[in-house]
Amino acid sequence: MQHVRVKPMMPPGHVRTPHYLRGKIGVIERSLGAFPNPEDLAYGHAAPALPLYRVRFRLGDIWGEDTPHPDDTLDAEIYDHWLEPADAP
Amino acid sequence: MPHDHHDHLSPSGHPYREDDDTPLSYWQTMEIAVRELLVEKGITTPADIAAQIETMDARSPANGAQVVARAWTDPAFRAELLADASAATRDMGFDIGPLNLIALENTADVHNVVVCTLCSCYPRNLLGLPPDWYKSRAYRSRTVREPRAVLAEFGVTLPDTTTVRVHDSTADMRYIVIPARPEGTENLSEHELAALVTRDSMIGTGLAKLP
Amino acid sequence: MGGDAAGPVPTDQHDFSLWEKRVDALMIIGSAKGYFTVDGLRRVLEDMGKDAFESMTYYERWIASVNQNLIEGGAYTTAELAEKMDEVAKRGATYGDAAQAT
Repeated sequence: MQHVRVKPMMPPGHVRTPHYLRGKIGVIERSLGAFPNPEDLAYGHAAPALPLYRVRFRLGDIWGEDTPHPDDTLDAEIYDHWLEPADAP
Repeated sequence: MPHDHHDHLSPSGHPYREDDDTPLSYWQTMEIAVRELLVEKGITTPADIAAQIETMDARSPANGAQVVARAWTDPAFRAELLADASAATRDMGFDIGPLNLIALENTADVHNVVVCTLCSCYPRNLLGLPPDWYKSRAYRSRTVREPRAVLAEFGVTLPDTTTVRVHDSTADMRYIVIPARPEGTENLSEHELAALVTRDSMIGTGLAKLP
Repeated sequence: MGGDAAGPVPTDQHDFSLWEKRVDALMIIGSAKGYFTVDGLRRVLEDMGKDAFESMTYYERWIASVNQNLIEGGAYTTAELAEKMDEVAKRGATYGDAAQAT
């Protein structure tokens, strides 16, 4: 189980990393291969392909342990440059 | 002039919203202007636009229902679908274009539900255009935070022993839920099984119908 | 939007009107021809801000974004759009009348 943290960055402009996941820790569910970076495509630029991962988070790790059913999960696709290694939460 | 609405039935047999008879809006004016400019510039043709509309109209949840019914009855296909859903649906003959599809299987222990919090990503090249509620602020906001409350509004109540897995379509993948096969359907044909598979059951906000 | 508090999920459903289907088709065609990507569509939708989500319908927002992306992509100019919209608006009071030329 490889734990990763979504970087807590807050740039302007079009990014495909939801606000509610920034700074949250999950595990890589699977690698999806490389896809053109939407942050470049959004402005009509040539886009390098970046590794894309499905990252699985516990709802308790996103919303706090007092959330109903904290062991339910949320999977999202996150690009490599938004992820950093992390310890288990 | 009078408008003959019989010329304006969608393939589903429902009338289009009667926009022909409502006052022309600014945004409708823009649509007409953009479309005509693209034709005048040689970028597209009226026939291409009509063909694109026909292509999208022909896509419907019935396509996905066939995929699900095949997965319920053919173990090899099910395995292929779970491994590479794009390839498996193309092998069935569906023209899904560049769609990157992942199939999510519901079981006794796991219930999957799909949302796009950033916009309205949906496997439109297989299932057609998404329902209005899928694009609503309420669905997009709440499903990632209180999925069971949202599911309950759709009439789906799950035991605590079932894990809910929410899938936020944030990037390049699109998702189809393979609902659990209802009990008592052992003797049904693939065709009969497909009739049990609703659109909502493939988004995860519903279950397959009972026979 | 993800995680925000909100009321019950609305259940009303409408069949798409012809002008909405045309907007959808123009998005597919415009991106297939290389004038923009779905990411450009989303960028402009987001830049329109939260008010637009409440005050405009889904395909109203889409045609606004498709148009801006096509202008940015060089398909036509703002001046050409202005002239064409003015001409279209003078054709009649309803969508049916104004769209008759095509």
